[in-house]
Amino acid sequence: MGNEARLEILTRINRATAAGERPQVERTAVPASVRPHAEIVAQFAEYAAEYRAEVHRVSEAELAALLTKLLAAQNVLVPEGFPAQVLLQLTPRKPQATHADLAAYDAVLTTCAVAIAETGTVVLDHGPGQGRRALTLIPDRHICVVRSEQVVESVPQAVAALQAAVEAGRPLTWISGPSATSDIELSRVEGVHGPRRLEIVLVE
Amino acid sequence: MSAGGIRPPRPFPDAARETLQDTQMRRNLKHATTTIREKRLRAVAELPDWEEIRTRGAALKDVALADLAEHLLMLEASVKRRGGQVHWARDGKEARRIVADLAAAHGAKEIIKVKSISSDEIELNAELEARGIHAVETDLAELIVQLAGDTPSHILVPAIHKNRAEIRELFRRELGADLPTDEPKVLAEAARLYLREKFLTTKVAVSGANFAIAATGTVCIVESEGNGRMCLTLPDVLISVMGIEKVLPEWADIAPFMQLLPRSSTAERMNPYTSFWSGVTPGDGPQEFHLVLLDNGRTDVLADKVGRETLRCIRCSACLNVCPVYERAGGHAYGSVYPGPIGAILTPQLLQLEDDNANSLPWASSLCGACYDACPVKINIPEILIYLRGQITPHKTPNAESIAMKTAAWIFNEPFRFEGALKLARIGQGPLVQHGAIHALPGLLGGWTSSRNLPAFPAKSFRELWREEGQHG
Amino acid sequence: MNIDLFITCLNDALFPQTGLATARLLRRLGHTVHFNEAQTCCGQMHFNTGYQKEALPLIRKFVNDFRDSEVIVAPSGSCVAFVRDLYPRAAEWAGDDGLLQEVTELGKRTYELSEFLVRVLGVEDVGAYYPHRVTYHPTCHAARLLRVGDAPLKLLRKVRGLTLIELPASDQCCGFGGTFSVKNPETSTAMLADKVQNVLGTGAELCTAGDNSCLMHIGGGLSRLQSGAGVVHLAEILASTESMGAGNSETIGAMQVSAEALL
Ligand code: SF4
Repeated sequence: MGNEARLEILTRINRATAAGERPQVERTAVPASVRPHAEIVAQFAEYAAEYRAEVHRVSEAELAALLTKLLAAQNVLVPEGFPAQVLLQLTPRKPQATHADLAAYDAVLTTCAVAIAETGTVVLDHGPGQGRRALTLIPDRHICVVRSEQVVESVPQAVAALQAAVEAGRPLTWISGPSATSDIELSRVEGVHGPRRLEIVLVE
Repeated sequence: MSAGGIRPPRPFPDAARETLQDTQMRRNLKHATTTIREKRLRAVAELPDWEEIRTRGAALKDVALADLAEHLLMLEASVKRRGGQVHWARDGKEARRIVADLAAAHGAKEIIKVKSISSDEIELNAELEARGIHAVETDLAELIVQLAGDTPSHILVPAIHKNRAEIRELFRRELGADLPTDEPKVLAEAARLYLREKFLTTKVAVSGANFAIAATGTVCIVESEGNGRMCLTLPDVLISVMGIEKVLPEWADIAPFMQLLPRSSTAERMNPYTSFWSGVTPGDGPQEFHLVLLDNGRTDVLADKVGRETLRCIRCSACLNVCPVYERAGGHAYGSVYPGPIGAILTPQLLQLEDDNANSLPWASSLCGACYDACPVKINIPEILIYLRGQITPHKTPNAESIAMKTAAWIFNEPFRFEGALKLARIGQGPLVQHGAIHALPGLLGGWTSSRNLPAFPAKSFRELWREEGQHG
Repeated sequence: MNIDLFITCLNDALFPQTGLATARLLRRLGHTVHFNEAQTCCGQMHFNTGYQKEALPLIRKFVNDFRDSEVIVAPSGSCVAFVRDLYPRAAEWAGDDGLLQEVTELGKRTYELSEFLVRVLGVEDVGAYYPHRVTYHPTCHAARLLRVGDAPLKLLRKVRGLTLIELPASDQCCGFGGTFSVKNPETSTAMLADKVQNVLGTGAELCTAGDNSCLMHIGGGLSRLQSGAGVVHLAEILASTESMGAGNSETIGAMQVSAEALL
């Protein structure tokens, strides 16, 4: 039956599309930004904050201290591959836990793959330092370290930057602020099912 | 009320006559659509090249559709290469059987669902219930609708017709939740607690798909609440039901849609969460993935060179939000999981223009054109509405309207007949005119005079006045 | 310029004053105005209601009637939009390439009155006098298909004696939609109710627009409510001058009063 359906659908499509012109689109490389990078980074910080992410802007030198402060007295999950040198006294936990175990953590600390200024978005490709998807989903607080050179201006630039990860079969999670719903009278409520707090540590 | 699906239980005018009486719904809807309209305009204005992005989105969809078979085969191969399985379903019945069989094979008594119009289109929940499998809707609005035993009234905000007080009552009754106030925050928290446990323990999830990339086998879900991520990540088995028109050829092609969709739908720069996955990711997320490719009338739409444009739709619901008819009659009047302007063109086409009730939908529009202006993929909805009217009308049995229209055409074909008809009309209207206007008409035009007066025919037509004086003075 | 009036069947039959006003206005601006009596109806009602087979002969007839025109001007955004936007579709859907070419050419010479005045003739002040409080409703086809934009407002602002009051939610459809108002009268009425409320809220004496079809709808609602406010076609405002004693009962609420006066 399965093959029969497949054959029939494909035949119907071929019949439907046999005549008709073939429209074309040009697929050209995404142009680079003309605006100064600092401006783009500032826009990212502004837009991420508008979507209720808590944004901390620090220098490389201040990073470890900030993380220590943010994560004091917290039971923190740190995926493998997170740069060890910034961790200092934080002890990475081995995330081999079940879903229920993950719920016991207060927070998760990750890096990201790319960040988008035009939308205030961080994108995880779940590579080293980001962990499998459940790790950034179940704990109630997500702290994401973004390096200024990871910030691109536009969505098309981000899509281009993610091409290799997608081709390698990695999943992507695009995050713009903490989870939200506008389902009740269109009034926005932050923090439904994902982490209710999103903190972005922007390293410049 | 119909339980999902796309077959309207009655013609639009009959349904609208009733829904228009629902003053609560009309207030909610007016508030919601007015708010989101303004927000959308602001979100769109932020991107200076919005028009080019729209054009590109439309063109990419056209390219994807022109070689749809090739792209679907490529998608199938890519998903399989990544460890997923692909199923093909000719119609709703076949699709819901595939999903239910898969769920049953895993011994599931309960599954979790991410909001998916395609699963509502195929009336999946009813099939699952019939086989002893309970489907839990995890999207807040869908949950509200499900608990209320209601049907969605909006593509994106399915419970747009319910206000906070109604929802509080519902949650108290159905979830036994103790709710101190009816603030949306409190209501959302109650849903969070109820669903959290479901997410952590349920083994099978069902989703739709916003886009799929042929070259990489990547499927995409765009969402806000995180229930999507939960369903796509935590269960062992994921089944995604996707209309065949959702495929895009290459990864880079997703870019304009990630700009167009959030700004058009929720009027945000970007929705809170978007997930992409390709087949099975070893050690991450569901280790069994099924993609169900659904036709259910789409190949017929594809075969119509005018109607085909309908398949560009990315279900953003911008056309609903700007539609004056939708704003007043509400989503339920359309009798289909696809309401509003897109529903008025999609529903009848999915039913091959053979369903009489659905065939009333192309007339549920004043052709004001607001939908076309808003549509991120430039579907010329008004034109398609007119086209469909022209496809449906010749097959209707002759009635007072068709006789009147044919007579009018005959009259208009000769100026002397037109002039003669005007003179006759002046005589014929005599008994109807009061103080220079007509207040009540029998028959065809009675609907008009139920709420408005009609001007009476003047003593002389323009052409008569022109002959007498106009051409000189 | 040699201008051919495309008067539209609705104006011919029900609103002759609008046609006369259009002719008077264009002549006052120094142009020669013709009216080809062979014209009847552009076919919009048939086409948009689903009688496309019946509309085609009317479209071909229109092409014949106006083939030799230099420019075609109509006091109706809707009918002009139909000629310009939908004639080509009609030809395409009928698979008639010859017709497609003809209507595409014809469409380029066909204008709605206000866009013709502002964009083609480049005039905004047409020397009109109209001492009334007026609000303007941009009809959907003029706004979204023809994109006449603020051309009508530019013209109205230059009319002496006229107080222009902004109409709230002006971009919302009045609910006419041709046969929509007959096939879905309840929904149409719900839309009309909001429009009428907005018009009355302005306190204007008159609501104007570039289309008598929509005005007939809005005016019909205002009249049924005995609201005291009326409607008048833009052409009639623009054609009025001080010497004519404009603004007396002959031009106000043209569709109500003129009908009665002439009967
Ligand atoms: S038709 Fe266009 S505006 Fe309407 S839902 Fe589809 S994409 Fe959005």
